[in-house]
Amino acid sequence: MLLGDRAKFLMLLGGVTFAALLMLQQAAVFCGLLTWTTSHLTNLQAKVWVVEAMVEQANELKPLRDTDVSRVRSVTGVGWAVPLYIGITNARLSDGNFKPILMVGLDSATLVGRPAIMLDGRLEDLRKPNSIVIDDLALQRLKTPSGIPPKIGDSFEINDIEARIVGICKADRAFFGYPYVFTTYDQALQFAPRQRKMLSASLVEPAVGWTAEATARKIELETGLRAYTQDEFYWATIRWFFKNTGIPISFGTTIILGVIVGIAISGQTFYTFVLENLRHLGALKAMGASNTLLSMMLIFQAFFVGFTGYGMGLLAAVGFGAGAIKRGQPPFVMPWQLPTGVFVLIMVICLLAALIGILKVIRLEAAVVFRG
Amino acid sequence: MIMDPTTRQTAVQVTGLTKGFGRGDARTLALKEAEFNAYEGDLQLIIGPSGCGKTTLLSMIAGTLIPDQGEITVLGHKLHAMSTAAITRFRRENVGFIFQQFNLIPTLTLVENISVPLLLAGTSVRQAEKTADAMLDRVGLGGRGKNYPRQLSGGQQQRVAIARALVHDPRLLICDEPTSALDRETGHQIMIKLRELARKPGRSVIVVTHDPRVYEFADRIAEMEDGRVLRQLEGAAIANATL
Repeated sequence: MLLGDRAKFLMLLGGVTFAALLMLQQAAVFCGLLTWTTSHLTNLQAKVWVVEAMVEQANELKPLRDTDVSRVRSVTGVGWAVPLYIGITNARLSDGNFKPILMVGLDSATLVGRPAIMLDGRLEDLRKPNSIVIDDLALQRLKTPSGIPPKIGDSFEINDIEARIVGICKADRAFFGYPYVFTTYDQALQFAPRQRKMLSASLVEPAVGWTAEATARKIELETGLRAYTQDEFYWATIRWFFKNTGIPISFGTTIILGVIVGIAISGQTFYTFVLENLRHLGALKAMGASNTLLSMMLIFQAFFVGFTGYGMGLLAAVGFGAGAIKRGQPPFVMPWQLPTGVFVLIMVICLLAALIGILKVIRLEAAVVFRG
Repeated sequence: MIMDPTTRQTAVQVTGLTKGFGRGDARTLALKEAEFNAYEGDLQLIIGPSGCGKTTLLSMIAGTLIPDQGEITVLGHKLHAMSTAAITRFRRENVGFIFQQFNLIPTLTLVENISVPLLLAGTSVRQAEKTADAMLDRVGLGGRGKNYPRQLSGGQQQRVAIARALVHDPRLLICDEPTSALDRETGHQIMIKLRELARKPGRSVIVVTHDPRVYEFADRIAEMEDGRVLRQLEGAAIANATL
C-alpha cells in the first residue's frame, strides 16, 4: 500500500535517507576528528609512553628532564627506552613566509617511532646533519607561493638553522593541522628553541615476559612519572577531548538532530499514511485480516523504507567520505561499529514510526468501513 | 422465487440486540433490543431513515461490532459468545463484503484487490491471482486485471468489489448501500447479480439501502426506526406495503 503511494513513499524515504546520512556523516567526521587527536600515537607507535606526571593527553606533553630516560631504563621490566621530542615550531620558507610545523625528534640510534610508510627518500638519511623527513601534508602546507610543493633536496629554516628534506613519508594528520617534520632527537634539540627541559616523552619497550600494562605500572611506581600503554594513552586522550572540548556536544547535537528529524519525518508521514488509509485498513480488517497481520504489514513497510533509506544514506555518506579522504579534510573515519549502530537506530526509528500506525490500527474498529 | 418459510434455514438470528455509543449524558442507543431474522436463499433488505440503526445492525451481523446486550447467531455461530480472534476467523471464512464506497485499495491492481480474501485465507499468491482473474471474467471485466481501480467507472469498480466479495465463496454477503453511488441502470444490474447470488444453495445476501429503486429485488425487507426493527415484510406484502 505504501509503495503505491509514491509521494508518501518518497517523502518517507527522503526523511530516512537524510537522517541516516546526517548521523553517519557527522559521526564519521567526529571519529575522524578523534583520530586526529591521537595522531601522535598512531604515527609513532610505542607500547609504553612515559610522560610527565601531570600529562592527561597526547597533545599536551609537558617537558621532562633528559635524565628521566635513564631513570626509566633502570626500571625492572623495561626492555629499552628512548627519548622523544615533540613540539610545535615555525619553519621559515624560502620566500620568507613562516609556517607552523610539528617537529618530532626520534632517537638517533634506533629511530624508534619512525613513520611506517616512506613515500620518497630513505629514513636512514635522517642521521645526516640538518636532515628532516616531512609528511604528505607538508607537501601542501609548505608549498611555495607559486604552488610548487617541497621535494627531496629542498631546504628551509627552522629557528635560523637550515633543514634539508631527505624524505617524504605518510603520516596521520594531527589535530591542529600542522604537518609532521621528523628528525633525530639530537637534531631536534638544535632546531627547537632552547628550554631548561627538552625531553617530551620516553618511548618504552617492555622486557621479555612483561606486559605493557605491568611495565607501565612499574615505571610509575619507581619513577613517579606517568606511564601509559598505547591503548591507555589513546583512550585518555579521547576522554580528555570529550570532557574538555565542545566537540562531542557539537557533533552529538547534530547526530541527535538526525535522529529527531528521522523520527519526526518518518513518524508523521507514516501516521498520515495510516490515517489516510484507515478505510482500506478497516476494509481489510472487516474481510478478516487480524491485528497481527496488519501490524506485520506496517512493520514490513516501515522496515522496507528503513533498509532502502539507510542504504541510500550510507551510499551518500561513503561518497562524502571518499571525497573527504581524497581532499584530506574534513577527517572521515567509519569503523564498522558506526554503520552498524546507525542501522540499528534507523530500524528503531522505523519501528517507532510503524508503532504509531499500529496503535491506530489496533484501536480501529472494522465497523469504520460502514460509516459514511 | 422464495422458498417455503417453514423449510428454509435461518442464516441470521438477532434477539434483543442493544448497542450504545458514547458515555454519560452523551450516550445514545443506536439499537434498542432489535429483533431480526434472515434466511438462506433470500435477498434481504434493511431499510429505514438515516440514524435508525441500519448500519449498526449490519456491522453486528458482520461481526465488526460487539453488542452491549442480546444475541446474534450467524450461520449457526453465536457471535455474541465468540472471542475477537474467532469472529475475525469467522468473517474471513464465511462473510463477503460490498461497501458503499467500494473500498478497493487504490494502490493494488484489480486482480490483487480481488485476491485479498483468498490471501487472507492462506491461498498462495499464484493460485489466488489465477482465481481472481477468473472472477474478473465472471463480472465482465476480463483482461483488465492489471488495471488500477482509478481506471474504472463507478459501476465497474462495484463489479470488482462484488468479485472480491465472492472470490472466496462466502455463505453470507453483506452489502452496505451497494447502489447509492451508481446510476439507475448500473444499480439495476448490480441488484440482479446480488439476487442471483442469494439464490445459490446455502447462500444469503443482506443489503442495507436507502434506495427505493431496489426494493423490487428484495425477498424480504426489514424496516427499521429508532433502533428497532418495526416490521419484516416478504413476498406480496412488499408490493402492497407503503415503504
